[in-house]
Amino acid sequence: MATTLKPADPNQLRDMVLFMASKKTPAEIVGAGTKRGLGRPLDLDYRIETGALAGIDLYEPEELVMRAGAGTRLAHIERALETHRQQLAFEPIDYGPLLGEPAGKASIGGVFACNLSGPRRVKAGAARDHLLGFVAVSGRGETFKSGGRVVKNVTGYDLCKLMAGSWGTLAVMEQVTFKVLPAPEATATLLIQGLDDRRAIRLLTLALQSPHEVSGAAHLPAGIGAGAAAADIAGPATLLRLEGVPPSVEARVAALGELIGGDGIDILDGAASLAIWRALRDVLPFAGQADRPVWRLSVPPAAGAGVVAAIGAQLPAEAYYDWGGGLIWLMLDRRADAGAGLIRAAVGDVGGHAMLVRATPEVRASVPVFEPQDRAVGGLTRRIKEGFDPVGILNPGRMYAGV
Amino acid sequence: MKMPEPDAAILSRRQAIATALGAIVPGEGVIVDEEERRAYESDGLTAYRQLPLIVVLPTTTQQVAAVLRYCQGEGIKVVPRGAGTSLSGGALPLTDGILLGLGRFKRILDIDYDNRCVVAQPGVTNLAISDAVAERGFYYAPDPSSQIACTIGGNVAENSGGVHCLKYGMTTNNLLGLEIVTMEGEIVRLGGRHLDADGYDLLGIMTGSEGLLGVITEVTVRILPKPATARALLIGFQTSESAGDCVAAIIAGGIIPAGMEMMDRPAIHAVEAFVKAGYPLDVEALLIVELDGPKPEVDYLIGKVEAIARENAAVSVRISTSEAERLAFWAGRKAAFPAVGRISPDYYCMDGTIPRHRLPTVLARIRQLSARHGLEVANVFHAGDGNLHPLILYDANNSGELEKAEEFGADILRLCVEVGGVLTGEHGVGVEKRDLMPIMFSDDDLKQQQRLKCAFDPKQLLNPGKVFPVLHRCAELGRMHVRSGFTPFPDLPRF
Ligand SMILES: Cc1cc2nc3c(=O)[nH]c(=O)nc-3n(C[C@H](O)[C@H](O)[C@H](O)COP(=O)(O)OP(=O)(O)OC[C@H]3O[C@@H](n4cnc5c(N)ncnc54)[C@H](O)[C@@H]3O)c2cc1C
Repeated sequence: MATTLKPADPNQLRDMVLFMASKKTPAEIVGAGTKRGLGRPLDLDYRIETGALAGIDLYEPEELVMRAGAGTRLAHIERALETHRQQLAFEPIDYGPLLGEPAGKASIGGVFACNLSGPRRVKAGAARDHLLGFVAVSGRGETFKSGGRVVKNVTGYDLCKLMAGSWGTLAVMEQVTFKVLPAPEATATLLIQGLDDRRAIRLLTLALQSPHEVSGAAHLPAGIGAGAAAADIAGPATLLRLEGVPPSVEARVAALGELIGGDGIDILDGAASLAIWRALRDVLPFAGQADRPVWRLSVPPAAGAGVVAAIGAQLPAEAYYDWGGGLIWLMLDRRADAGAGLIRAAVGDVGGHAMLVRATPEVRASVPVFEPQDRAVGGLTRRIKEGFDPVGILNPGRMYAGV
Repeated sequence: MKMPEPDAAILSRRQAIATALGAIVPGEGVIVDEEERRAYESDGLTAYRQLPLIVVLPTTTQQVAAVLRYCQGEGIKVVPRGAGTSLSGGALPLTDGILLGLGRFKRILDIDYDNRCVVAQPGVTNLAISDAVAERGFYYAPDPSSQIACTIGGNVAENSGGVHCLKYGMTTNNLLGLEIVTMEGEIVRLGGRHLDADGYDLLGIMTGSEGLLGVITEVTVRILPKPATARALLIGFQTSESAGDCVAAIIAGGIIPAGMEMMDRPAIHAVEAFVKAGYPLDVEALLIVELDGPKPEVDYLIGKVEAIARENAAVSVRISTSEAERLAFWAGRKAAFPAVGRISPDYYCMDGTIPRHRLPTVLARIRQLSARHGLEVANVFHAGDGNLHPLILYDANNSGELEKAEEFGADILRLCVEVGGVLTGEHGVGVEKRDLMPIMFSDDDLKQQQRLKCAFDPKQLLNPGKVFPVLHRCAELGRMHVRSGFTPFPDLPRF
């Protein structure tokens, strides 16, 4: 049983990291701990939880900026934003349901450390694109900062990008400053039924090539929709989301409908639209089947259907597409290697990466969870880690063995 | 400006080094002749000039790798250069260093409409990418004012922005992939045509690294379908406070314009005298607000912005009713730098960013500083994101005036940081703001950044003397001093 340390303030956090460094004792770094099941499993004597470094200490809606302790609950932040009709435009996934954890518990530090995003990624970017600044403690036990509170900033290296997606392996963030944006006043979803994967991806491509500012482009092959809880769609469903001010959404629904060929398009608006995108964002179609491995593939969007076909030809797989085909959520039957070789070969053929997001700890310990790196990138990764955390005390091995 | 001490041994070997480089880059690719080298002696920050040891203009990634490997082996410094439009001296040559020009990497390698991206060599200009995809109604969103000249490689190195980055982001938000060569001569591919990194975001780190981490030899950018319509408002105010309030009210109203630019009275007058854009001359501040997107949306938001402007004491509002009129609104803003160049022998362009609401305070303080330093200033801003471009007017022929302009500029940047902003919004640190870095960063902050440099370039041969005020050796930066014998916190809550 690991000893859990809960720093009450930044100085305690720094002292704890210094202690770990002096003892050369690694620690698992967690916010709320909802994503502990992601990445390579860690079995360490200490855990540092940032949950008490919480609270919004700056929110200026007209400046589109918020600053909060890394341990602040995402749900708390979203409530504060709602009162000013604002949002985190990158629509971070809540991994809770997929990983068998409760929903709505994630911390904002974890959201940035894992570079989360959602369907709106295609239009609004990922967490990386919204992190403006941070304060963190490196594995050297040194508190440092980067960035600031303004959007336009090229002063020094952009360490915000490095922290986003470093999974707590480089430094422990204690405070994050990020960009917030107006929430759309209206939302509507075009639903087209009955397309096979290839035709669906072609349609999504057409829509994303149009000037209609599509903010969600997904396709659910037959059988997946039922699990999405949000809508009882039986056959394949292709979904296009439009958001904005009401007159704009209305006009674009019409124009996009015409572009993709008028007949047989259903329109979901308001709550129905919100619910289905939330379900897709949180991978609800694959929730609750804990023993079946789930992969997250990022590929060139037009190649999406081909990748799924290549995998499906060899292994029974269920998959659905987001990001116009560029993001694939894929679930397999239970297998010792979680289908890693086949999946990575299929992704390798088109360029992209595959992450094993749900699997038993044994599988995650034996199969590379993150895309294996080539020699050059692997070398840079190791040297960067050494620069931030020379003793290797922060989440060692969470991403790659030895990093 | 102090640059690293030139290495006499390297200087004395110029001919031998040129011969070795000639074997890697044959033909016209190696320039030793002093007159020809002079074309590369400075970038857009023309106050600083220095002849490079040798100029090398490779044409292939393999050649870049071989040049870097050779220089790494011989301990020769290298300065990468695109079009040389940097305003911060990032491409300033070193007398004992090779200037590595990427100007011959001029090909667009692939246009992929299905995946909505373009693969280009680094020497392709920013505008050439948009031009190449215009026939299908696409464009590349970041649009620095220098876009006819600056290269996409330089844009990545500087993380350049433009008037439309308020809505569409800077270079870093529009980049999918890179090929880079490290100082050790290793070719590294990052990203591709898919979104987001699988491991550390090295693509994000390379962007804005000012040529210090690697040489960019290929770039993949996202392209966007052109908005269906764009319209602009030209709004005049009696005070910069009202203009600032109007900007804040637009954003608070949930509107993110495609661009929101402000000019103060001296800038308006300089511009109007130059391009006759039809700007009102009896106002203290002028805002250009552009809205783009589907026509019904643009028309609707134009109405909202107009109402907000009137509520915030606008004294004149013009709304473009044709493409020609919209472009006329912009013609003045786009000509602001040359217009100021006409009324003053020299000008010095600053680039700090501030929280938007501090605009009136900062403007007032800039006016005080202007009086104190005895130099005029004209202000143009990317008001939507708080990025200021004060243009300090001076005459380099008057002895001491350049130094005065620099002191004035430094005071403006100190002020930006003091009110919660940063030293540079889009032009980069380079040599220009290098010595001001400690205003914003502690010693530990800067050391941590330099450790990143050490991961890419442990001998620190790539563009040294830029960005960091103090060069620490990597061995020293790598060392860790931890007191042992820490007591494990008897007073800590644990569970
Ligand atoms: C009139 C004018 C207007 C401008 N307007 C804007 C503006 O609106 N927004 C804005 O952001 N900037 C603006 N700039 C600044 C400048 O144009 C940008 O910084 C531009 O991106 C520089 O590109 P370049 O090709 O000229 O690069 P260079 O000036 O040649 O180099 C810039 C830096 O990048 C490095 N570099 C260049 N190419 C490579 C490469 N292939 N690999 C690695 N490192 C490389 C260099 O070492 C140097 O540090 C303006 C400049 C001028 C002169």
